[in-house]
Amino acid sequence: MFNSAFDAIVPLLCVTLAALASMSAEAFRGKGERMPIGGLGIVGLAGAAVSCVLLWNRNTSSFGVIVADNFGLFVTMTLIIVGLLTIMFSSQVLDLHDLPRGEYYTLVLFAIAGMIMMATANDLLVLFIALEIMSLAVYVLTGIRRDDQRSSEAAFKYFLLGAFSSAFFLYGIAFTYGVTGSTRLDRVGTFLAAQSMADNPLLLVALGLLLVGFAFKISAVPFHMWTPDAYEGAPAIVTGFMSTGVKAAAFAAFARVFLSAFEPFSADWAPVVWVIAAATMILGTVVGVAQSNLKRMLAYSSIAHGGYLLVGLVAANQVGKAAILFYLLAYAVTNLAAFGVIAMLGARDRANDELRDYAGLWQSHPALAALMTVCLLSLGGIPPTVGFIGKWYIFSAAVGSGYYGLAIIGVLTSVISVFFYLRVVVMMYMAERDGAPALPRVGAVGMTALAIAIFAIFYLGILPTAVLDLAAASISTIF
Amino acid sequence: MIPLGHYLIVSAILFALGTAGVFMRRNLITILLSIEIMLNAVNLSFVAFGRAQGTVDGQIITFFVMTVAAAEAAVGLAIIITLYRHRESLNPDAFTTLKW
Repeated sequence: MFNSAFDAIVPLLCVTLAALASMSAEAFRGKGERMPIGGLGIVGLAGAAVSCVLLWNRNTSSFGVIVADNFGLFVTMTLIIVGLLTIMFSSQVLDLHDLPRGEYYTLVLFAIAGMIMMATANDLLVLFIALEIMSLAVYVLTGIRRDDQRSSEAAFKYFLLGAFSSAFFLYGIAFTYGVTGSTRLDRVGTFLAAQSMADNPLLLVALGLLLVGFAFKISAVPFHMWTPDAYEGAPAIVTGFMSTGVKAAAFAAFARVFLSAFEPFSADWAPVVWVIAAATMILGTVVGVAQSNLKRMLAYSSIAHGGYLLVGLVAANQVGKAAILFYLLAYAVTNLAAFGVIAMLGARDRANDELRDYAGLWQSHPALAALMTVCLLSLGGIPPTVGFIGKWYIFSAAVGSGYYGLAIIGVLTSVISVFFYLRVVVMMYMAERDGAPALPRVGAVGMTALAIAIFAIFYLGILPTAVLDLAAASISTIF
Repeated sequence: MIPLGHYLIVSAILFALGTAGVFMRRNLITILLSIEIMLNAVNLSFVAFGRAQGTVDGQIITFFVMTVAAAEAAVGLAIIITLYRHRESLNPDAFTTLKW
């Protein structure tokens, strides 16, 4: 690079430029002309991936507000994988549903740019702007099927509660700035290390408001109300994208703010997060059991998975922090593949996302049924899939820090959750398909993406050591 | 000179009014306006804190927040228009296709 101050934002720049290029390509596209806009996105994401590899271990920082430390880069890589898989799944879905290609890919890329910025931001204001870049793009993606009332309604509910929670988050930033005199996380951290909560009650307000803001974004109980509606109403591929990407970015930011800057006050926030984690795991699982819509069921499952990640955050030991990163990657690959299957089975006029639509899937789509089974088993945490390893590390971290209660709740809810994942498997293999319309065929690109995801699920499930070492190396630089 | 506490109290009252508006108003546009009131209440806090510390950071942050609020309003209104086309209503209680 010409100026080393720009090094840390190179991955971000690659994605943003790809997004701008897609937007211009769409603007200059002739009527009826087809352009490989998705390919443009893949090129941008590949460039970002290469720059991430080159930046690894260099710990660079741009203008003090964006830092490319290993933690940020690990999450960035996870987000790039989410982006690549989403674009690959989308190519077929967009044709089938007649969605606007240019706008769709542009919004996906802008959302990923916001997510990467969120994962690498070292300043609360930059974090807020990143959050908004990501959220605004995802609100529009949720409502991209304008002719579908459910999609518009989901977009509005998501927008309303998202904007509402950003206001809380911003108020938290204002108090942090008021007390510490800076929005930089490193300066806030140094200032807080020399303080105690008794010194300034405003700090407690700041902490609480920031916690509310993050809890909305990661859909933790009691701020989860928007999740099932938004996830059910959005097109399935968008649901897959936002349940993995948004969650990964928000968790990365959550961990960075609470485990580095607000670490001195962990005795104050850990008990609160403990309760939130327990409630999130229990509610996500128990309500998930009662769902008959597959997307809604996976929405509750996603809430429960957020609870497991919070367990890692509460445990906050070395194993726990590395486990959060590993779990984010594991969950992203698995959940995206599951939603990819749902998205590719959806037809133009029929979403095919009810549980009964999957009856006898094994007869018409044997390969797809098998792949879906692997995803569901991984979500349920059954070995030898990656979901098992992720949960194992999270719970062992909780036990290591003495949080036996959380570990027990986590294991129990995992066991219950296997019930509703297996219900889908039983439906696919044991039920007869009676008179329901045939499901569409799945194209080659989508199958390739699924195959990659399934390979990752097994590879990380059987030989997780290399990636776990990377995750452990990632956290050593900042916490 | 007016002490910092006064500004913060006004800001807190505005924020509370905005929050109450989001929950109590039954018109989508008014709900959107209530969220804008919340953001502007935060802006007031930023400016007050910035002045109390004698730096311009707080005021500069306000510009960023205003930009974000404008973008948010644009997207929000666009979503409200698509919703209105489906139901010809601005009452949030009319939108019950998804279990709320």
